[in-house]
Amino acid sequence: MTATPGAPDLQHTPGQAVAPEPDEVTLEQKETVGLSQSQIVRRRFFRHKGAMVSLIVLIFVLVLSFTSIGIGPIPGWWKWTPYDRPPPLNPRGEPTLSLPFFGGEGFAIGDHPFGQDETGRDLFAAIMRGIQNTMVVIVVLAILSTTLGVVIGAVSGYFGGWWDAILMRLTDVIIIIPIILITAVAGYALGASGVLTVAIVMGLFLWVGLARLVRAEFLALREREFVDAARVAGASSARIIFKHILPNSVGVIVVNMTLLLGAGILTEVALSFLGFGIRPPDISLGSLISQYSGALTTRPWLFVWPGVFIIIIVLCIQFIGDGLRDAFDPRQKRVPKQKDLREVEGDDPAAPSTAPAASDGSPA
Amino acid sequence: MALYIVRRLIAGFFVVLGASFIVYILVANAGDPLAPAYGITDPIARQARIDSLTAALNLDVNPVVRYFIWLKGVAGCVVGQCDFGISTITNQPVADDLVGRILITLKLVLAAIVLAVMIGIAIGIITALRQYSGFDYTITFFTFLFFSLPVFFVAVLLKEFVAIQFNDFIAAGAHIPWWFIWLAAIIAFLVGYSLIGGSQPRRLLFGGAGAVIVGGIFYYMSVTQWLLDPGFGPIMIAVIGVAIAFGVTELTAGLKNRKALNTALTVVVVGMAVWYPLQFLFYEGFSFWLLVGLAVVAVLVGMGIGYLWGGDDRGLSARTGALTAFLMGAVIFLDRSMQAWSTYTNDPAIRGRPIKTIGDSQAGLEGDFWIHSVDLFTHLLLPTLALILISLASYTRYTRSSMLEVLNQDYIRTARAKGLTERTVIMRHAFRNAMIPLATIVAFDIGQLLGGAVITETVFQWDAMGRLFQQGLLNSDPNPVMAFFLVVATVAVLFNIIADLLYAALDPRIRVGQ
Repeated sequence: MTATPGAPDLQHTPGQAVAPEPDEVTLEQKETVGLSQSQIVRRRFFRHKGAMVSLIVLIFVLVLSFTSIGIGPIPGWWKWTPYDRPPPLNPRGEPTLSLPFFGGEGFAIGDHPFGQDETGRDLFAAIMRGIQNTMVVIVVLAILSTTLGVVIGAVSGYFGGWWDAILMRLTDVIIIIPIILITAVAGYALGASGVLTVAIVMGLFLWVGLARLVRAEFLALREREFVDAARVAGASSARIIFKHILPNSVGVIVVNMTLLLGAGILTEVALSFLGFGIRPPDISLGSLISQYSGALTTRPWLFVWPGVFIIIIVLCIQFIGDGLRDAFDPRQKRVPKQKDLREVEGDDPAAPSTAPAASDGSPA
Repeated sequence: MALYIVRRLIAGFFVVLGASFIVYILVANAGDPLAPAYGITDPIARQARIDSLTAALNLDVNPVVRYFIWLKGVAGCVVGQCDFGISTITNQPVADDLVGRILITLKLVLAAIVLAVMIGIAIGIITALRQYSGFDYTITFFTFLFFSLPVFFVAVLLKEFVAIQFNDFIAAGAHIPWWFIWLAAIIAFLVGYSLIGGSQPRRLLFGGAGAVIVGGIFYYMSVTQWLLDPGFGPIMIAVIGVAIAFGVTELTAGLKNRKALNTALTVVVVGMAVWYPLQFLFYEGFSFWLLVGLAVVAVLVGMGIGYLWGGDDRGLSARTGALTAFLMGAVIFLDRSMQAWSTYTNDPAIRGRPIKTIGDSQAGLEGDFWIHSVDLFTHLLLPTLALILISLASYTRYTRSSMLEVLNQDYIRTARAKGLTERTVIMRHAFRNAMIPLATIVAFDIGQLLGGAVITETVFQWDAMGRLFQQGLLNSDPNPVMAFFLVVATVAVLFNIIADLLYAALDPRIRVGQ
């Protein structure tokens, strides 16, 4: 467990030292000496345990979904596809997955680890297809809404004046139009309710929050001295935007992109649940839950497993976003462990003596 | 300032106008409102239905012209004659039950947001004060987990595992199982242990005390079958009141401030004195507005008592008194509501299964104000729980980061350096400043709430705003969708402006309109 010299506590008495400030500064300086900004960010990110574990889990889920049932015409290693209808193996299509400590006798995967529905469809294959489709949504959403949000926010914040007025009123209008309405129209008018349509529609309309943040960032950065210096040196607007301001706001963009993706997945799932998103024959995790939500008492596995995978994916993205936020935030101070403090200070007795008072080894 | 507000209002008006045009054209292209009419087999009836629908919805003209016809009807609201057009599903004017629907949706979301904000802020502050502790990591994990839950998934699980199980448990005699008592006690220990700072024995003591108290309460509830016929009674009210008095004083003034503590305890004594006479007032003809009036009276009396006790800081004592009086009033209200519980569960319309999984009120339920209060509670419980779980995360995270940022400011160091107690530093210097960004976020969220209830209403089958929208969209029925949009968009734009104004009012560094 970490020591928490920085954490004030309610019973703190005024005489006691709160935070060994100089130690932290020396520690930060020692750690970042000779490193570029991106190296510092990368090191900080790799040190965030939650983010690293999430990254590994997410990659594992992705590899599993793409190799198991294959992509398009390429077959995967799993026995069934989401469109096979094998006869039920167990009565009522119960799952064959057996885990020790969860009521199973030893570990076994079996032919239908997550069970089958009443038509015999293998739930594992269906969920894997749902994850693939979620990934399509993530990629399209990331590309479209990030590009739109950054460009519109940058133009609006950098040029100001009429550009700003028009673009910001546009975002005001778009932000109050319900996304569910737009996907419903896309489904009816374009005759398309496939994954790609839903993803593109969401990408075209979910950039507004990011655009506002990027605008605020540009408004603050364009007043800084280094932008003036670039302008005096004769740099064009495009060069100032892309070479000078954008790299400085990449933290805000990356962090909010991950949050947008997490929210985007939940939006897609909700749309599919209400019947306005991805519709059959395409499979989404949301439409699976919607389809099986009445089966909780009779076939609970049909309802629970798609939900579990939604939670896993969104949770991983949240933690990765948290890790990125910590990594990009220049004000972020890593709480030094006692060991680190001792290394920096030599054998200074002051550092360990203040730390244990607030050290927290609670098992909660 | 006034100029700024007027400018924002005008801009907001045009934003809603522009968006309503886009939405109208979108809805016009989202499906054919005549589609159900084509299904009628009798050709004469079919033609008659098509003709009447075409006339009612002006389908014979271009959607752009249709929009302006619709806009003319809506513009009638200025002179008090709203015309939102008719719904093809019910053949009734949409405007008829619009206000009723808005009230039902408000009922659904209001309790959830108030509770989520209060709990979220409390947890956020504690995690900020205990940054990087085990408690902080646990809470962080759970807030992320709740944030990742789709609301309909939570809703179905809550229906199955909270409502049905709890109803079975009530039907089986409300004996709490031992594993539950132990679990509650262990959780109470862990929470108490991580919350309290200081030395190891002190933390163990607080954790242990928490475990014993919580375990004891559950054991008592199990043995006496308290949940079948709950209630506090005067002694319990007195005990809870004194606990509230000490808790409120500790948070607002510190227990060392005798005047404030005396104020709070006097308020509790007054509350106990009026408890018995109040029962007669509650008995007959009690109404919601009377309740609001009583709450206001309670707060005023609390302030008065605080003012009379006075002390160095009259305002502080008055605040302590007002807060204690409000909470004391809430306890008395809770006590009276609980007395209606067993009547409610034994009502033939309820049949001993109190927690409801669908709808917003029980049809055919007869009873006074208290029975209907309990009915509202049992219907609100699940949706409110679901909404709290998923919206708690953002408030906790915002409060935590805002609080951490404030705690690193120089003026906090100054406050500590000049010898203020840690309670004063946190509650007066840090907490108030950390709340400034929160206030704008809450205002913004309230603006989004009406529109965000679509899924919750669908899952819990509440017939209100979200249902109006979803059913309208499924049947390509333009008028209900437009009515929903107009209300939601107007509220969202208004609260956006309020959020900005609030920020300027709370933070003197921000100047609006320049």
